[in-house]
Amino acid sequence: MSSFWLRRLWHSALTLFTMLTLMFFMFRMLPGDPTATVISPALYPKAQEALKIQFGLDKPLWEQYLRYLGNLATLDFGLSFHTGRPVAEEIGGRLLNTILLVFPSMIAAYVLGSFVGAILGWKRGSKTEAILVFVSTALQSAPVFWLSMIAILFFSIKLDLFPVGHIVTPGMFPDEDWRMYFSLDFLHHLALPFLINTIYNFCFPFLLMRSSILATVGEEYIELARMKGLTEKAVLYRHAMRNSLLPIATTLPMTLGWAVAGSVVIETVFSWPGLGLLMVEAVGHSDFPMVQAAFLLIAALTVAGTLMADLLYSILDPRIVNH
Amino acid sequence: MAVMDILRKFYQATWATTGGRISLLVFGFCVILAIVGPWIAPFDPMARNYDAAGKLLRLAPPSSEHWLGTTVFGRDVFSQMLWGARPAMIIGVLTAVGSVIIGLNFGLIAGYFGGRIDSLLMRITDILLGLPFLPFIIVVLSLSGRSIWTIVLAMVVVLWRSTARIVRAEVMSLRERQFVAAARTTGASDFDILYREIAPNVLPLAMTSITFALAWAIITEASIGFLGFGDPDVVSWGSIIYEAYASQMMYRAPWWVVPPGVAIMVLVTSVYFIGRAYEDVVNPRLQEGR
Repeated sequence: MSSFWLRRLWHSALTLFTMLTLMFFMFRMLPGDPTATVISPALYPKAQEALKIQFGLDKPLWEQYLRYLGNLATLDFGLSFHTGRPVAEEIGGRLLNTILLVFPSMIAAYVLGSFVGAILGWKRGSKTEAILVFVSTALQSAPVFWLSMIAILFFSIKLDLFPVGHIVTPGMFPDEDWRMYFSLDFLHHLALPFLINTIYNFCFPFLLMRSSILATVGEEYIELARMKGLTEKAVLYRHAMRNSLLPIATTLPMTLGWAVAGSVVIETVFSWPGLGLLMVEAVGHSDFPMVQAAFLLIAALTVAGTLMADLLYSILDPRIVNH
Repeated sequence: MAVMDILRKFYQATWATTGGRISLLVFGFCVILAIVGPWIAPFDPMARNYDAAGKLLRLAPPSSEHWLGTTVFGRDVFSQMLWGARPAMIIGVLTAVGSVIIGLNFGLIAGYFGGRIDSLLMRITDILLGLPFLPFIIVVLSLSGRSIWTIVLAMVVVLWRSTARIVRAEVMSLRERQFVAAARTTGASDFDILYREIAPNVLPLAMTSITFALAWAIITEASIGFLGFGDPDVVSWGSIIYEAYASQMMYRAPWWVVPPGVAIMVLVTSVYFIGRAYEDVVNPRLQEGR
């Protein structure tokens, strides 16, 4: 057991390390001199030199690489090219905003998807089932930013039910401190992106649970439960659904990681100040330390998600450990 | 030819169900649109249109002349829609085919030879699995210029991983089968066994991942266009939505934002249903759940 966990941990660490290295060299090897975007060639040569030394760009590549690893180990992401402030300072709050947007809506999508999938799969062949399979697939096929725009068009502009974007009403919490997360205003702003993310991600757990339940029909333990005289409801919830929870539980962490990566677009539409929006803005400013840090944090969340999925799987289905 | 054979079976399998048939027709329609769209477009998609009095047609609602109205720059939305099918289709198909060809070969080699090659290749797919898809593509595009080819390349680099894993698992079980052993006793080389005996048997499975890669690629292309990282010289459905969004006028002009989103939705939905209809036939295990 423990050797399996250690191996998985080691693999995750290796994955992250490879990504760090890849990032470092990508930013320095790809066509175009990244220093040219940081240090304007229009500056005086002396000013250029000073900036190079400030960002450590005068050292040989391997030395820069070692410094980069050392800095990351102490969570020092360097200074933002755009604001000049430490990247780590700006990025912490952004990470929280992304998590607050993505996690609750994904969990809602999974809970809703599993129950609806289980009930419809159990009754099998109903009209509602066919319609919902189609609708959820269509919703998942639409670009999520477009769905968001249509939702804003309808709910925010036409009906004036929700704000158009942002995390709180601008100016309401000038310090952006912890109090804003406990305000009704925050929930009001969260509602629409939460709703969109929930229905957008509904399809996968719904189909997974549905097909999983379909597969249990005719299994001996289901027949046995029926013979014991349990009601249909009890058979479904206590026996069929419980057994189908395995794939649901194990895909959740992984899709969470993917949803964090996908939040780039939804954050952009709703001007939600999370990691994704930060990254898009930073790319616009050619703020490479910021892009790098945002990317690495998103990657770390994705890797953590896959790791959790594997560990959860090994707990729920211990057979996997022996393979 | 094995490939032709598989394509015929693919067509027969999906055509057999109503959903599959409708989806194939929709997809076929989009393919035709991608080919002839720019020729039948009534206006130049980038041209500014003026009314009879010589005034720029800003955000004109749909009319008999401009079927889907005009943009804030006076451009004809219907013509832009017709032009936008092509990049979606080109990027989608190239990415899907490219990633499946690479994934298929990696999967074949890893599954057949096993051992060190296998663990190395699986390590690589593990790393790619942890790579956040969209942010990675944004980083690549921001560093190396925004062209259709960079978008395709960046997507292929990430997407081949899933095909490779599916194919590898299948090859590992096929490797032990009798027809492989039989080929080996006749003195066939590893290369022959892999590509003449095993490959035709995993191709149907690879075809299912082509459809899912296609769906992913079309959505991602639109997302990239929407974020403003698309090829600036290309009118795509994603870039139409981006322009509408960036102009901040979209909420006054639904005819500008609704059509490109609907087009993407219809195209990708059809691709998903084609994939599922085919998957049910190729892999009956999936039909009963996993």
